[in-house]
Amino acid sequence: MASQIAPTDRSVDDKSVGIVQTKLAQLFEPPSVLVLESGGRLGPINVAYEAYGELNPEKDNAIFVCHALTGDAHVAGKHSIDSRKSGWWDGLVGPGKALDTTKYFVICANVLGGCQGTTGPSCPDPATGQPHGLRFPFITVGDIVEVHTALVRSLGIDKLLAVIGGSLGGMQVLDWVARYPDITGAAICLASAAKLSAQGIAFNAVGRRAITTDPQFQNGDYYGSDPSKYGDVGPRAGLALARMVAHITYLSEASIERKFGRDLQHGDHLAYDLQSETEFKIESYLHYQGKRFIERFDANSYLYLTRAMDYFDLAQRYGSLQEALGRTDARFLITSYHTDWLFPCSQSRELVSALLQTHRHVTYLELDSVFGHDSFLLEIKQLEELVTPLLRETYRRCRQS
Amino acid sequence: MRRYSVLDPTAALTDRLIMDQIGRRSRVIDLGCGDGRLLCRLRDELECSVQGVELDHREVIEAISKGMPVIQSDLDRGLKEIPERSFDFAVLSQTLQQVRHPQELLGEMLRIAHRAVILVPNYGHWWIRLQILLHGRAPITGSLPYDWYNTPNLHFLSMVDFRELCERMQFKIVCEIPIVRGRAARGAWAANVRADNALYVLEHV
Repeated sequence: MASQIAPTDRSVDDKSVGIVQTKLAQLFEPPSVLVLESGGRLGPINVAYEAYGELNPEKDNAIFVCHALTGDAHVAGKHSIDSRKSGWWDGLVGPGKALDTTKYFVICANVLGGCQGTTGPSCPDPATGQPHGLRFPFITVGDIVEVHTALVRSLGIDKLLAVIGGSLGGMQVLDWVARYPDITGAAICLASAAKLSAQGIAFNAVGRRAITTDPQFQNGDYYGSDPSKYGDVGPRAGLALARMVAHITYLSEASIERKFGRDLQHGDHLAYDLQSETEFKIESYLHYQGKRFIERFDANSYLYLTRAMDYFDLAQRYGSLQEALGRTDARFLITSYHTDWLFPCSQSRELVSALLQTHRHVTYLELDSVFGHDSFLLEIKQLEELVTPLLRETYRRCRQS
Repeated sequence: MRRYSVLDPTAALTDRLIMDQIGRRSRVIDLGCGDGRLLCRLRDELECSVQGVELDHREVIEAISKGMPVIQSDLDRGLKEIPERSFDFAVLSQTLQQVRHPQELLGEMLRIAHRAVILVPNYGHWWIRLQILLHGRAPITGSLPYDWYNTPNLHFLSMVDFRELCERMQFKIVCEIPIVRGRAARGAWAANVRADNALYVLEHV
């Protein structure tokens, strides 16, 4: 269970987990295939994951990180010395950080239906050898959690110290404790909710429409000879547009105003030219976000995962929030952000009410940040001072009992 | 940001007094729990299932560091997210005089809990009366060491005032304990003149 830490890199940055590799686990080998919530069957399933730190002999120091809609397993460190970018939550995960890899064994895996190594629509269907495309079965947040549970168990872990995630990751955290009440000591759910709001579904609908109406979409069968190079083919314009719309929902009015205002991209004067698509800085920024996104994300995965998010409704699935959350002894840390209008504070308060009603252990904070929904990814210090003591206390408590 | 939890020199005594009102293994919410000190004792000594509410960010982190569950919230904005009767006891220690709408908060406490345990300062104390009489100025005392312009205390009530409010709100005073010179003095004579603080246990009539 050794981590992929290269000593040379540690000396350069002792707060980083260093050079890491994404590993692959093959689970649900036939005949033990995964029965999906939709009734479909899937197997074998490849799961791309990364793990840092050491699993202790008692196997009680593992933390699972759930990534959000378009994230991946690469949560911390770098893939090579030359990598320009670190993992997506590098500020939170590493030696001496909130998810301290000198104490804890931290795991993160790409979600089912994704396109960053775990089985998804761009993967070949074993029966035909062709990419699944839209023939890939419908998946839910519950299915994602089932796959991750299987991964954790395959690593020899029966009980996690904590499950942590924001947004769609937070939904996984909630589903996890509802499904397996005894599987974790702490449940950390950030900028999330027990269901996606109608407004959230609306924005997802626009994104999907942008993809499916792109002439290059071809009913999902747009892959070239190498399906892993989905960035070069398919509904590029549609996917970029979907990302642009979604990206706005991750920001706040205040953060856009502060970062861009009405500043122009080139010069000080308006061009009075309709062909000029990126006149304002905010336009240029959104175009850039769209462009970067299509290089790393598969349009079909986007369709499947946004749908999984739309379908997520904990109360509906388990009868009520009280029934869903009332059976676990996990300690909850729930945070919401005042400027987050995609997952507003009111939705987190609903969770807190249900947890109080069922006498669960819940800590809740409504945090200040200008960054809107993205706050949970950006306000690392703010998060660290909450998560660090929570994990320490949960770990101490777990070891006592 | 206003903080509810003020340093209380008689904390050990008042904690003990509050704990005496709370049954073993009860479910308790402490409104304005500060660093979670009382909750910690309730959990460890009385095996209570506890919950804190606190506004001050540093205090919230302190409470988390003690392993206490705590909700960061402004008592002036109400307790709407806390379901009805979800606790046996709601505790409010040295805080009622600091909230904007004490009457609403008392009502909320007895909505979320069966009993309310409340510790309030007694502004009917003779020393306060004397200071106003002699100097004609806002009083400053050991347990109220603030100038009028920087005090967190918004309301000045005496034991008589508090009893009257309870009567008006139809709350039954199950127990009243005046605290005289740092000692619990149940049934003390002239309590409204002699008590620095008073502890009340309330429930619906």
